[in-house]
This record gives sequence, C-alpha cells and structure tokens, in this order.
Amino acid sequence: MAEYEPKIIAFVCNWCTYAGADLTGTSRIHYAPNVRVVRLPCTGRIDFMLILQAFGQGADGVIVSGCHPGDCHYTAGNFHARRRWMLFRRLLDFVGVDMRRVTFSWVSAAEGAKWAELVNSVVADVRKLGPYEEFPQRLGGPGQKPIEVA
Amino acid sequence: MPRIGVFICHCGENIGATVDCAAVAQAAGRLPGVVHAVDYKYMCSDPGQSLIKEAIREKRLTGVVVGACSPRMHEPTFRRACAEAGLNPFLCEMANLREHCSWVHEKGEVTTQKAIDLVRMLVEKVKRNRPLTPIRVPITKRALVLGGGIAGIQAALDIANAGHKVVLVERDPSIGGHMAQLSETFPTLDCSQCILTPRMVEVAQHPNITLYTYSELESLDGFIGNFRATIRKKARSVDESLCTGCGACIQKCAQKKIPSEFNAGLGRRTAIYVPFPQAVPNKPVIDRARCTYYKSGRCKLCEKACPTKAIRFDQEDELVTIDVGAVVVATGYDVKPTSFFPEYGYGEYKDVITGLQFERLASASGPTLGEIRRPSDNEVPKKIVFIACAGSRDPAKGIHYCSKICCMYTAKHAMLYSHKVHDGQAYVFYMDIRAGGKMYEEFVRRAVEEDHVRYVRGRVSRIYQKDGKLIVKGVDTLLNSRPVEVEADLVVLATAMTAQPDAEELAQKLKVSYDGDKFLNEAHPKLRPVEMNTAGIFVAGACQAPKDIPETVAQASGAASKVAGMFSRDELSREPVVAVVNRQPPPVWSTCVGCFLCETACAYQAIEREEIRGRDGSLIRTIAKVNESVCQGCGTCVALCRSKSIDLQGYTNEQVYAELLAL
Repeated sequence: MAEYEPKIIAFVCNWCTYAGADLTGTSRIHYAPNVRVVRLPCTGRIDFMLILQAFGQGADGVIVSGCHPGDCHYTAGNFHARRRWMLFRRLLDFVGVDMRRVTFSWVSAAEGAKWAELVNSVVADVRKLGPYEEFPQRLGGPGQKPIEVA
Repeated sequence: MPRIGVFICHCGENIGATVDCAAVAQAAGRLPGVVHAVDYKYMCSDPGQSLIKEAIREKRLTGVVVGACSPRMHEPTFRRACAEAGLNPFLCEMANLREHCSWVHEKGEVTTQKAIDLVRMLVEKVKRNRPLTPIRVPITKRALVLGGGIAGIQAALDIANAGHKVVLVERDPSIGGHMAQLSETFPTLDCSQCILTPRMVEVAQHPNITLYTYSELESLDGFIGNFRATIRKKARSVDESLCTGCGACIQKCAQKKIPSEFNAGLGRRTAIYVPFPQAVPNKPVIDRARCTYYKSGRCKLCEKACPTKAIRFDQEDELVTIDVGAVVVATGYDVKPTSFFPEYGYGEYKDVITGLQFERLASASGPTLGEIRRPSDNEVPKKIVFIACAGSRDPAKGIHYCSKICCMYTAKHAMLYSHKVHDGQAYVFYMDIRAGGKMYEEFVRRAVEEDHVRYVRGRVSRIYQKDGKLIVKGVDTLLNSRPVEVEADLVVLATAMTAQPDAEELAQKLKVSYDGDKFLNEAHPKLRPVEMNTAGIFVAGACQAPKDIPETVAQASGAASKVAGMFSRDELSREPVVAVVNRQPPPVWSTCVGCFLCETACAYQAIEREEIRGRDGSLIRTIAKVNESVCQGCGTCVALCRSKSIDLQGYTNEQVYAELLAL
C-alpha cells in the first residue's frame, strides 16, 4: 500500500471555486495532483447522485465546493445545495457511506490558497483512510457499472 | 459516430515544461471517437487556431477539445475559431491543463497522467454536446425610472437624451427628492435648488419623458427587454389638464397648520398644496386625510376659488399599464428622526433637530427664509452643537454602517452657520472625519481653520434641557476623555441615512435582492455596480447604499448608459446555457409530472406553467416550462427534479455523468 494514491473528484461551481482554483494556478501554489475537477455552473446543479456515481467510479474522496453563502452568482443556488446536502448526508450516513470521504466547502474566486489547502487536506485525510474499496464492491467492482440514472 | 479532434497547447513553457504534451496528444489519439490529436506551441495564436479550423474542415470533426488554459480565459476564443470553421461553437470544450495542472503540480508522470485524465473527461463530455444557438430576445425600447430624485432625474434625462422613451414615476406630488430640500451643497457651497430645478424643468419638457408624479409602482411582471409595469396614479383631486397652477385654491384652503413634509416638519402647509414653489409639475394635490371636505363633507372652498374649475373631489386612483424594456430603481433614502434617540430627548426637545431640518432652516426657500432661527422661540442660536454619527456606526442602535455623507454635510452646516451668525460658535462632536473625495478634506479644514468651528472628538452621551438651554454632555477623547459640557441653543443631529421604510416591499415587487439594512443589492459589488441580479433592472443612488450627490449622479449616468447600451440593439442575444423541460411525442408529452418543485427552487421566476391541451381544447396536463430569456442557467432545478425531466443545456446529466465515467 506504500504507493497508494487517493483519487479525489471535485464538483465545483464555475464562478467561485473553479475561478479560485484558476487563481491557485496563476499564483503558482502547488498542491497534490490527485484531484480531478468537474466544472458545473453552480453547486445548486450538483445532483447528489453524482457523488454516489463518483464513488461508484472508484473515487476515494469527493469535494463539493462553491461560492460562500450569500455570494452565489445565481443568488441562491448554493443555499439550495447546502440544504440538500444537510439532508443527503444523513441518508449517506445511514446507508453506510463513509462520511469522512465527502468534504463540503466554500472557496471563493479570491481564495486560491484556500483551494490548495483544501485539496491537500482532503488528500492527506483520504490517504490515511486508505482506498475506498467497500463502496464500489457493493456495486460490483470498481468502474464497472454506472448507477442507473433515470 | 463522433469524430472528435483534440488539440493540446504547450502555452510556450507554461504547460510544456511540466506536462509531456506530445504524450497527452498521443494518449488522446487512442481514445475512442478521437480521430485527430495534435499538440502545438501556442494554440490560441493565429496559426494555432488555423490548425483547429483546418482539422475541422478536413477531418469533418463533430467535436473539439482544446487542452490549454482555463476555459474562463480562452473558451470564447476557441469557440469563435470553431464557429468560423463551420462547427457549432457549443461543440467545443476546454480541458484546463494550465491553471489546474501544469502550474500547480511538479513535472512528472503523475502530472502528465492528470492532463490525460482531464482531456479524457472532456472528450467524453463533448461527444454528448449538442449544437446550441444563442437565444434571441426582443427589446421594448422604453425605460421605467422609479424615483424622481436627482438619481432618477439624471438617469431619465440621460436615457431620454440617448433617444429612448422614458417613463419617470415619482410618488410625491413633485419630483426633486431630497436634493430639492437641501440648502447648499458641499464642497462648493453652490445652491442645491439652483442646480437642480433646471433639471426638473428639463424632465417635464423633454419630449421623450413621460412623467407620472403622485404615482407608485403597483406591480412589475415580465423579464429583461419585456417588462410590463402597472402604475397607480393616485387621485390628485385636481384635473391636471385644466389646472394652471395659479395657487388660488391654496390661499383659500381652511386647513393651514399641517406640518410640511418638504420643510421636514418645520413649516406648515395647507390641505390642497404643492410641496414647494418650484415644484414640477406645479399643480396641487389634495391631501385627503387632512382636507376638511373629505373629513366633514363640507367646505369646497378650493373649488369655489378655482378659476378653471379643475378641482375633482370624485377623482379616483387610476391604474396605467406600460410595457418597458428596462427599469432603473432610484428610490432614494430616509433619515432617522430625532425620536430615535432616547439619550438626545426622544425628539421631545424642539431645539434638537435633524440635519435635514437644518437644511430647511438654512435654505432661502425654507420656513425662516434662510435665517438660522431655532424652532422653539424663533431666536438666533448663539451656540450650536452638531453631532455626527447620530445612529450611524452604532451597533447598539442596529446600524453598523457609516452613512457616508454626514461628515461632509456637518462641516457644511457648521460653515453655513458661521457665515450666517457671525457672533455664534459652532461645535462638532465626531467619531472620525471621513472626508474622502475631491476637495472634501480641504473643505473640512476650511470649516476648522477659516470658520473656527470647534471639533471635539467624542460621543455625546446625553442632552437635557436646563433654563432654556440644551446641556450637551460628552467627552473629548483626544484629551484623555475629559468630560465636555456645552450649553447649546440648538443641537443638530446628523442622523443615520436609512433605506426607505418600504424598500423591502419594493424589492419584492421587483424581485431583486437587498441587504440586511434593506438597501438594494447591486449584481456585483465591484464589477457590476449599476446592474441588479435580475437582468434588465438597474440601480442608482442612495437606495443601494448611502452616497452623496456626485456619486449618485455618476451611478445614475452609469445605469442610464447601461440601458442605452441595451437599447442600442433590437434584440438581446445570450448564451443558450439554460434549463429545458423535455418534450416527447404524445401520449407521453413530457416526463414532467408537474410537481413544480423547480418553481420554488428558481431564483429568477423562470419556471412557467404550460398547459397541454387536446384538439378539443380540454386540458390534458400541466407541465413546467422554462422561460429561456429569464433562465440564468444555474441548474438548481435540474438537481431538484424528481423525475429528471429538466436538464441544463451545456451541462446535461448525460454530459456530466459521461465525464465521471471517464475516470
């Protein structure tokens, strides 16, 4: 397990966190290369089935990040995301998803350093937890079958 | 079969030094559906773009992925290149190999692998992209300006002078707003009315401006370019077409002791009145709550006095509906009354007045004709105390913010007083002097150095009456908090500037957001200062935040130029990243079940109800429909939809899941 590299999938909004991650780049702040970013217009767009799908694809950790509350480019999308998340995390917890592997955060377009810190801390945490094999196994092995989406 | 082209940019050394671009292109070339994959030094340069265009034509590409910088940087560039080569621009995606990869990771295999992953995700996405066309929205080239203060006047004149029709709505009987009440203006001490009233007349006479005074917005429906406003014209009880503004009615009116709003309660007016002699329009209204006839059924003295028979006791409110393309909100501010301050006498001391009341005392058109005389006994005050930050910057009073104009107008008041009462002494109690602005600091220094106004840094804790004087107790924090006591004849409170009492109600009518202090929110605090988050609605003046006249006028002109810019085109064109509800052939029609959860999630009121009817006109189902000219494309409705019937163009479920499945 010495060579284990966690696989992190990040769902971010276009206006704050994606721009914040761009700023990390322009500031040349280095961070762990384990993250793959999926760009969406708004955290409000994040259907939490996407999180399950990410784990189904063998992700060891998931980051969800958008604009700070009150700063949403679309007025209230992040509030919807937050409210939905508060409900959904209880369901995830109930069905046995390891909640330590899902990180919900706010990173603004001005917080390049925070994005790097966020990714590094999530990678470090998930590295300690080890690969998330339990979840994909339930779905028939890593990367095998997509969860049915209507 | 998809035919995808992948173009990997080195960005000089920016990507090339860390990521093995050739390897990325090679790996991309092996992805299913990719028929063309190359790398190049500068993809955004002219030869780079030509590379893409040629490939689109020669390889008949159905989709393009450019692995380069952030899409926030060059997505428009590459989409334009695709469009020029005949490929729908929305079939082009960018993988962010620079900001998200080469700039933030070390050189090595892992980084190259990440670049390959990023490209693969976007290749899978672009395979599922659909050609989209920009949405076109027609524009009604008429603007609605709410509020006839200096902000509304400036905005209306600028839009009208640009050649567009304007409807200006003011709820008071005259336009002019607070600026008409002011005596002189800082830092030049030019007379407020002298610079304002010509503008008011210009508004009334402008062929492009329709003026509705004594009127209020009843409702606003529609969306950018296509609003429908309903305006309530309150009954003036005077036929404006017949009234000549002679004023005979006003002289005869039996009610003469009504506190005048224009004089901030310091003067008196009649029940049939014009707020001030320079009013525009100069036609009276009857204050029905105060009029003897409406109270007792008898009087009608004004009717007898009117030479043109213009009095209409039976006039009713009238609702007018107007189509407009844009709205400028310029509804202004209010100030806290003296009754807000228990420590300064709850408004019970006649000689403790607000800054606005002092403006009326100092104004040549005011109740004392410009002489400074205190309200209680009409004497000229020999000692006057001005208290800055009365309420402002005081969390205990629930007002955290700085009212911004008080430092300047307090200096102006003290200066005007010194000019008018040569043997008097003015004191100013202040917290800090905030005199940022052209010639502002110089102005305050002039008050101190030339007009010998005594500035005391410290708060006033209490005011009480003693032997006909007002005892002002405070401390001088610059002298070790030594107690200071002034026996004043008149005290002027620079009371906090607040939002209009009904600002919240207005914001809800307009569906725009407002802050905790009920000031309206601009779309972006730095980059979009005159737009509001609802497209097509703009903001100007102190309804957005406390601000002085120059700033208000600048913002009003900014809002007006935004409106004029919008009206310079016949239709609006916008990105087609909007939500759509699926439609299917009968008998399914749509998988939408009509729960309208999406309606509650939408911050823009973009969800409409569509009725599906049979040939006989009977209602089959009601399903959701997205008004694409209102939808902003956040996708909150998509995530909420139980039956997955609504999807976001450009970020469809199919596309996003495909990205995930590529990992």
